[in-house]
Amino acid sequence: MRKSLLALAAGLLLAGSVSAASAADKLKVGFIYLGPIGDLGWTYQHDVGRQALVKELGDKIETTYLENVPEGPDAERAIEQLVRAGNKLIFTTSFGYMDPTLKVAKKYPNVHFEHATGYKRDKNMSTYSAKWYQGRYIQGLIAAKMSKSGVLGYIGSFPIPEVVSGINATILAAQTINPNIKVKIIWANTWFDPGKEADAAKALIDQGADVIMQHTDSPAAMQIASERGKLAFGQDSEMIKFGPKTQLTSILDTWGPYYIDRVKAELAGTWKSEDTWGGLDSHMFAMAPYTNMPDDVKKMAEDAQAAITAGKLHPFKCPIVAQDGKTVECKGGANLDDGQILGMNFYVKGIDDKLPGK
Amino acid sequence: MELVEAIILAVLAASTPLLIAATGELVTERSGVLNLGVEGMMIVGAACGFAGAWLTGSILIGALFGIVAGTLMSLVFALMALGLAVNQVATGLALTILGIGLSGLIGAGFVGERITPAVHLYIPGLTDMPLIGRVLFGEDGFVYFSIALIIGVWWFLYRTRAGLILRACGDNHVSAHALGYPVLRIRTFSVMFGGACAGLAGAYLPLAYTPFFIPGMTAGRGWIALALVVFASWRPGRLVVGAYLFGAVTILQLHAQGWGVGIPSQFMSALPYLATVIVLVLLSRARTGGSTAPAALGTVFVPDR
Repeated sequence: MRKSLLALAAGLLLAGSVSAASAADKLKVGFIYLGPIGDLGWTYQHDVGRQALVKELGDKIETTYLENVPEGPDAERAIEQLVRAGNKLIFTTSFGYMDPTLKVAKKYPNVHFEHATGYKRDKNMSTYSAKWYQGRYIQGLIAAKMSKSGVLGYIGSFPIPEVVSGINATILAAQTINPNIKVKIIWANTWFDPGKEADAAKALIDQGADVIMQHTDSPAAMQIASERGKLAFGQDSEMIKFGPKTQLTSILDTWGPYYIDRVKAELAGTWKSEDTWGGLDSHMFAMAPYTNMPDDVKKMAEDAQAAITAGKLHPFKCPIVAQDGKTVECKGGANLDDGQILGMNFYVKGIDDKLPGK
Repeated sequence: MELVEAIILAVLAASTPLLIAATGELVTERSGVLNLGVEGMMIVGAACGFAGAWLTGSILIGALFGIVAGTLMSLVFALMALGLAVNQVATGLALTILGIGLSGLIGAGFVGERITPAVHLYIPGLTDMPLIGRVLFGEDGFVYFSIALIIGVWWFLYRTRAGLILRACGDNHVSAHALGYPVLRIRTFSVMFGGACAGLAGAYLPLAYTPFFIPGMTAGRGWIALALVVFASWRPGRLVVGAYLFGAVTILQLHAQGWGVGIPSQFMSALPYLATVIVLVLLSRARTGGSTAPAALGTVFVPDR
C-alpha cells in the first residue's frame, strides 16, 4: 500500500510538471485491485500476473497498482487517479469496476483500459476473462466421485452469471457420475470475509456436505474442511498449504501471459479494443495438481481436462434442461453459445435451491 | 441435536470478537470519548496476535501481543484526541486507515503461514454431555474470557466508585473536573482499555476463528462492534443481547440458505443487521429513559487551570 501510494504520489508530481516528457520514456501501466495483494486468492493472482509482466518487460514499462479499491462509484476516483498519474494502459481487475471503468474510458479517449470479467466495451476499453466453468466441470466430476454423502457444499459470492455458470457446470458434471447428487448453496454476499466464509463452510458441513467448493476468495473454507476431515477445492490460487490432505485441486488464475501480450501490443502501437475469453486451451487459467484422490479419479480428471482443452468436451453441451423443466434454447449449435453462458441466470435441473432474485 | 449444538458453537465463535471489541468501546464511550478506530485497532491486533503466536508457538502470547498492539494504537488516538484535543471523529477514522495499512505491513511476512489454533476446553464427562456439553465446557479460552470481561465491566461501571467517576466524566466533564477528578487521565485509561479489547478481539480471528492471517481479515467487524454499542444504548446487558443476536442471525441465515428456504440471499445477508437494530431499539424503548448517550460523548475537553 505504502509503496503504491508513494509511486502514485511520484506519478502525480511527474504528471503535473513540465518535464513529464522524461517519464514518457517508459510506458506506464496501472492496475486496480479489489483486495489486498496478500489475499492469497483473486488479487494475489493478478499481482502474480503483474510481476510476470515486470519480469518480462521491466525495462520498457513501469507499473503501479492500487489495492483495496472498493467496487462501485468510488472506484472511478481511483481509476482516474491512475490516469492522471500518466498511466496509458490500465487494468481494472474486478467485475464491479465495469461501469466506473467505462465512465473514465469515455472521459480519456487516449488512455487504454482493460476490464476483467465484464461485458461492456468501448473503442479504448477491452474486456478479458477466463472460462472457469471448464475447470468447475472437472471439479464437479471429481466431487461426485469423492463424495460419500452425495451432498456437495457450494459457497457462492454473489449470484452473478459467472458464479451461476460455475454452479451449473459443477452440477452437470456431477450428474454424469451420480444422477442423484445434491448441492447445497450458501451465498456469502461478499468476495472476501474469512470469518463468514468459514461460517458458511461449517454450516454446509453440519448439514451433511462432505465436499466443499467455493467461489469466494480466502482459504478459510479450505481450512474448515481440513479441520473437519472433509474434502475441498481451492479457489483462484494454490491453497494446498491450508489443507494438505483436503485440497482435491484448485482453479489457478494465470493472468501473466495475457498481461504480457496486451502490453506488448500497446508498446507496438497495435492495441485494439477486444473481447478475450480464454479457456484451458489458451492458458487463461490452469488446474492445480490433482491430489488426495485415487488414481482412477485422477485419471478421469486428467482425461476430462484434455478433452476440454482439445475442444472435444463442452460443459454446456445441449440439451441443457433448466430447473423449471424447460429445455434451454441452443444458440450455439451443439452447445450453448458464449452469450448464453456469460449471461446465465438460471439453475439447471437437479438443483433444488432457488436462484436469488428469481 | 448435533446440528443444534453445531449451530450454537458457531454462533458463540462468531459473536465473541464482536462482544470483546464492543465491550472495550463501551467503556471508552462511557468516559465520553468516541473512538471510531475500532476496526483499525482490531486489524493491527490481528496481525500482531498472529505474529506473536507464530513466533512463539503460544496462543496466549499471541493474545498478549494483540492486546499490547491494540493498546499502543489507542495511545496514538489518546495523544491526538485527548492530548492535543483534535476532533475525535476525524482521529478515529484516521486510526482505522492507519491500522489497515500498518497491519498489512506487519502481517506481510506472515501471509500463508499456519498456526495451531487455540485449544478448546475438555473436561472428561462434562464436555461429552449431549447438546450442552461442548457449548458450556468445550469452548476456547477467548469465549470464557469475553463473558467474564462483560460481567466485570458491568460490575465496574455500576457497582464501584471508580466506575461511577468514569461515567461522570462521560456525562459532564466540567463537573467531574470541578470535583477534582483527573478527567483526561481517566479518559486515557478508558481509551487504552478500549484499545486492549479491540486488539484482543482482532487477535481472536487469526488465533481461534480462522487460524491464518490475511490483510483485511476483520472485514468490518470493528464497525459492527461500534454500532452495537450505540444500539445497546451504552448498557452492558443489552450489548450481550446485541452481540449474540447478531452472531446468531448471521449463522442461522447461512443455515437457512443451506436448507433452501427460498428467501433471496441478499435479504438474508442483511438480516443480522436488521434484526439486531430492531430488537435493541425495542429494548431501549421498552424501558423509560432507556436510550441515553453519555452526555459529553465526543466532545473535546481542555482543562482550564
